Amino acid sequence: MRYENPTTIENAVDLLARSDGPAYVLAGGTDLLVRMKGDDFDAELVVDIKSIAGMDQIVETAEGFTIGAAVPCAALGEHGALVAAWPGVVEAANLIGSTQVQSRCTISGNLCNASPAADSVPAMVAANARARIVGPGGARMIDVADVPTAPGKTSLARDEIIEAISLPKPDARSGDAYLRFTPRTEMDIAVVGAAVNLTLDDEGIVQTARVVLGAVAPSVVVVDAAAAALVGNKLNDATLKAVEAACTAASNPIDDKRGTVEFRNQVAGVLGRRAAEIAYGRAGGTQ
Amino acid sequence: MTSISVSTTINGDDVEFLCNVDETLLDVLRNRLGLMGAKEGCGTGDCGACSTIMDGRVVCSCLVLGAETQGREVETIEGMSDGRELHPLQVKFIEHAALQCGICTPGFLMAAKALLAAHPDPSEEEIRFWLAGNLCRCTGYDKIVRAVQDAAAEMRGANA
Repeated sequence: MRYENPTTIENAVDLLARSDGPAYVLAGGTDLLVRMKGDDFDAELVVDIKSIAGMDQIVETAEGFTIGAAVPCAALGEHGALVAAWPGVVEAANLIGSTQVQSRCTISGNLCNASPAADSVPAMVAANARARIVGPGGARMIDVADVPTAPGKTSLARDEIIEAISLPKPDARSGDAYLRFTPRTEMDIAVVGAAVNLTLDDEGIVQTARVVLGAVAPSVVVVDAAAAALVGNKLNDATLKAVEAACTAASNPIDDKRGTVEFRNQVAGVLGRRAAEIAYGRAGGTQ
Repeated sequence: MTSISVSTTINGDDVEFLCNVDETLLDVLRNRLGLMGAKEGCGTGDCGACSTIMDGRVVCSCLVLGAETQGREVETIEGMSDGRELHPLQVKFIEHAALQCGICTPGFLMAAKALLAAHPDPSEEEIRFWLAGNLCRCTGYDKIVRAVQDAAAEMRGANA
């Protein structure tokens, strides 16, 4: 196994393209190093992307925020403007692992690890986040939702790297939120996750909404029926009941020791409703 | 497997070492540099016994490759005291009996040091969440939390 730490993304892509065996991108390493210790791990090449300029930067632009692929999640929570703009994305990212893991883990890595229970992914999908992907042919932008395709699988080619995640500039009256259920209060993996991102008009009527569930299907579930229940309404009891029912109906989980299907379906509804309430409040709405 | 030459800073000293690609910082500290304070509990980032501080952030040294420390600043438990003068956290851990077997203690001390650097006056809840990645099977955590609170108060007083 070789270790390379190129200083340009083109060089990193070239290394991956020329590798004649399994090759891995190393950012925070909190998933990769655990896998490296496994008996069945096989790699010819590890490409550390942290020496590439800009990879560890959060850049605020007129269009929004660009978060480099090597920015540790802890740094998201320390970025005041990002927290103010996308509190739900940041709270989801900051739920991953321990303080030690937060020092290293990245939202790009959380996305590429492609766990169905990834905390940051539902929040990013709700926020209409996009990924800038660089390969031998140059760069392309795709929706974050289109990166994971199945547990542990992504749509990226073997010589492609996520360079950054982009979040749009939020509308004036908007808010997002992420909630998850875990048996422990911290250091645990989501049994159900729910993210909501919505915008309001001056009367507090929902104009646009995105409701996204995690850990209840092989990939995140965008619950269009829940969004439809929100749009055109204030957050009254009838709206919330409809959101809850839509989330429960969209939930399609596995049955395991961490939660039964019935439990996860119910919790998906509860968390979808509660996340909608938090997002609505953050958008300036009053129930 | 080709060895990698790494230049880094550990506890303020320039250090150079050779390591294999799959060697972690924890492996390097313990097996190549003789710094045995960081312990291997789980080896998968769950227990925090190997906590060290890298560029100001507390990390599990079992989840950092030795090669990744090139050009970085690493702090380990060996650099915590000032000669024979213990750090306030070390003093308070002893006073509060915040340890029994001691395996987790270096990790707790490094994590707590990073906490107090970022948050000099943490609430009990903040302490418990910050230290959630450090496991202790002896103390039940309460004495550790009290020791950190006491050290924080003393350090604030010293800095006032």
